[in-house]
Amino acid sequence: MNTSEPILRIENLSVALPAGLDRSHAVRDLSLDVHRRQIVCVVGESGSGKSVTASAVMRLLPEKVLRITGGTIRLEGEDVAAASPARICELRGNRMAMIFQEPLTALNPVMRIGDQIAEVMRIHRPQIAAESVEARVIELMGDVHLPDPAALRRVYPHQISGGQRQRVMIAMALALEPALIIADEPTTALDVTTQAQILRLFRELLTKHDSGVLMITHDFGVVADVADHVVVMRHGEVVERGEPEQVLSRPVHPYTRALIEAVPRFRFRYRPERLAAPEPVLVVEDLTLTYRSTSLLGRKRETRALDQVSFRLAPGETLGIVGESGSGKTSLAKTLLRFETPDSGRILFRGDDVAALSGCVLRDFRRHIQMIFQDPYKSLNPRRRIGQSLTEGPVHHGLSRADAVARARELMELVGLSPDALERFPHEFSGGQRQRICIARALAMQPSIIVADEAVSALDVSVQAQVLRLFEVLQRRIGFAMIFVTHDLRVASNICDRIAVMKRGRIVELGPAQAVFGQPQDDYTRELIAAVPGGVFEVAPAA
Amino acid sequence: MSATGQARSMPQRGVLLEALLSNRVVLCSSVLLLAIMLSAVFAGLLTGTDTFLIRPRLRLRPPGSEFWFGTDALGRDVFALVLHGGKLSLLVGLLAAVSGAVIGTAIGLVTGYLRWLDPVVMRIMDGMMAIPGILFAVALVSLVGPSLMAIVAAITFAEIPRVTRLVRSVVLSVREESYVRAAEGLGIPPLLVLLRHILPSCIAPLIVQTTYMFAAAILSEAVLGFLGVGFPPDIPSWGNVLAEGRAVFQRAPWTIIAPGLFLAMTVMAVNLLGDGLRDRLDPRLSRAAKVSS
Repeated sequence: MNTSEPILRIENLSVALPAGLDRSHAVRDLSLDVHRRQIVCVVGESGSGKSVTASAVMRLLPEKVLRITGGTIRLEGEDVAAASPARICELRGNRMAMIFQEPLTALNPVMRIGDQIAEVMRIHRPQIAAESVEARVIELMGDVHLPDPAALRRVYPHQISGGQRQRVMIAMALALEPALIIADEPTTALDVTTQAQILRLFRELLTKHDSGVLMITHDFGVVADVADHVVVMRHGEVVERGEPEQVLSRPVHPYTRALIEAVPRFRFRYRPERLAAPEPVLVVEDLTLTYRSTSLLGRKRETRALDQVSFRLAPGETLGIVGESGSGKTSLAKTLLRFETPDSGRILFRGDDVAALSGCVLRDFRRHIQMIFQDPYKSLNPRRRIGQSLTEGPVHHGLSRADAVARARELMELVGLSPDALERFPHEFSGGQRQRICIARALAMQPSIIVADEAVSALDVSVQAQVLRLFEVLQRRIGFAMIFVTHDLRVASNICDRIAVMKRGRIVELGPAQAVFGQPQDDYTRELIAAVPGGVFEVAPAA
Repeated sequence: MSATGQARSMPQRGVLLEALLSNRVVLCSSVLLLAIMLSAVFAGLLTGTDTFLIRPRLRLRPPGSEFWFGTDALGRDVFALVLHGGKLSLLVGLLAAVSGAVIGTAIGLVTGYLRWLDPVVMRIMDGMMAIPGILFAVALVSLVGPSLMAIVAAITFAEIPRVTRLVRSVVLSVREESYVRAAEGLGIPPLLVLLRHILPSCIAPLIVQTTYMFAAAILSEAVLGFLGVGFPPDIPSWGNVLAEGRAVFQRAPWTIIAPGLFLAMTVMAVNLLGDGLRDRLDPRLSRAAKVSS
């Protein structure tokens, strides 16, 4: 612990929610300190009030909706809540800066990245000469390890990768050497290897610039990697706080324990009978898919999304497809469902090639293979009742309406929801419930194969664990084969019999889950495994 | 990880009515519009039967207790002309707006959904937009004669590309939503996907666009009437009442003030209604850049 004056001191902060919601406060009676050279992680699930806290410090709360009703926020001794709007503008950027989750939308797409970093300085320090601003931009870009700063500052955000964009955001935040950096889920949108690099960067910059970081995250892996101090929040209240080693390994509060338990960790299941089936349900041979686009100037660009991908899927087996963004995972899923038509190669479903089907035959084939999408908020038509969504497919494929409704009611119970839900609209359900509904919708078609594309990535860890369990139970009862696309190796290890690791459209390694993660053969697989956040932390079994 | 996505606006049944009542501008403009429409529909009851009697003795009487809006150059009651004229003007506006919306939506849905059709149809739409609407209408009406059908068709033609563009843009964004993908994945044929899963998202912007088209169509009809290629002079519409008043308006300004006022009020009411509906149905645009029709 640092004994000097803290950079940020929040005392008994309460933020009221508008009347008529299920609870009265977004944040209640929160106190925390951030010292120099310290990373404080605020952890919690959706609705825990962690992001509201961050916004309150930056004075970014919509004040008509969320009112601060008590407590003080002091930034280097100055009361933020009492500061004038002009003073707040000075403080933002100068003394405190915020880094957002989505690095693409947080940068101006039509401004060169060097100019965006320079803008922060020009606004807050107009007296600095143009040449020294330029020099400082290059220095900052070097600090965040962007390659070749002199050249890179002339490119636009879309020309660099997600990780590089997040580095640009960090460089902007650091431009004026603020005392406090608030990072709201800074690595959630990034690949694991990039995430590991960015987290290392935070630690390094902290020491160099002598600042403090308030990091908001839902990921205990991130906490294990970088936190000096952890605050666990639930429903707006602090349930536990302390040193990360202590909180992670000996959690006191049952909620913390449940959260940590729900964090997926490497765990394998061995079901040799699944792999022994003689007749594969799906055989993919040399699948190749190329995206072609023509730029405004007529230049043609080709992107090889899938490159000679081959695998077999046994009935009842779960095959995991892992890799970073851009590796072709989602392209593969889309091609298997024939949302994309491959350039070459074969997709044999029970011996019939479906790679080139179209029209009615294609629509008829689709009932055998169903997809579950990543974002449960977007994959149900908001204007249709759950019942309509669930019966639409079966009725179209010839089931009578009464039978389809009966099947839908059965499925709702199977996925753990009440059959009354059929009469309701999607917005009345939580993310986890919606994902259950999507699973029910897929199962209503009685498919042989389910393709789950990042199906649990948008869910809170505790909900994620429930949905994964549901997949397992359903698979045991119904016996469909599953292709499980995910970027999270821990999740994959929990549910998959075999794992295919993809990189740049190719499968670089394919084998039983335990073998792939235990004795990886490919360098890239090893790199992926090493980058898993908090990969090694262990928890004492719950009492 | 706050509850994003929860706040999606969701036009459900009853929202439209609620939108009409909750906003004062919308409320006032719909009451005004309703009054004008009723006055047109019940024009016969309000003005008696001998409406268009030509009474040379009574020509160019100023407004008074006998003739509220005065009389025109032929001695006809301007009040009666304006009320009866409203019938035709509003009918043309309504028909043109609705048919423009229906045809434009159909084309927009199909072009937005079928990628290969898109470049072809959109170039045709660009071509249609390049033809000045009034010029086309003048040409068409002088070719086939000034019937209701011809005038409505002429005005509709000019509005179709705008609706098509609007609907197409909505389709292009909605078709990427995963619930549309999911429906396709269930093996639902394209036509049903369009009608069930994509069309409902177009309704809110369409209603707004239709109100603007309604106002624009009434104006276009007036312009045609004024240019003398609208309805024949013995059938009153706001356009040709204005056209006839033009010759005498220095001596008898009431002959154009009354129809002009009705026209202006109607167009204003419809546009305000459209603005209000847009603000209510699409909160993202509220009080941002106004799109004038």
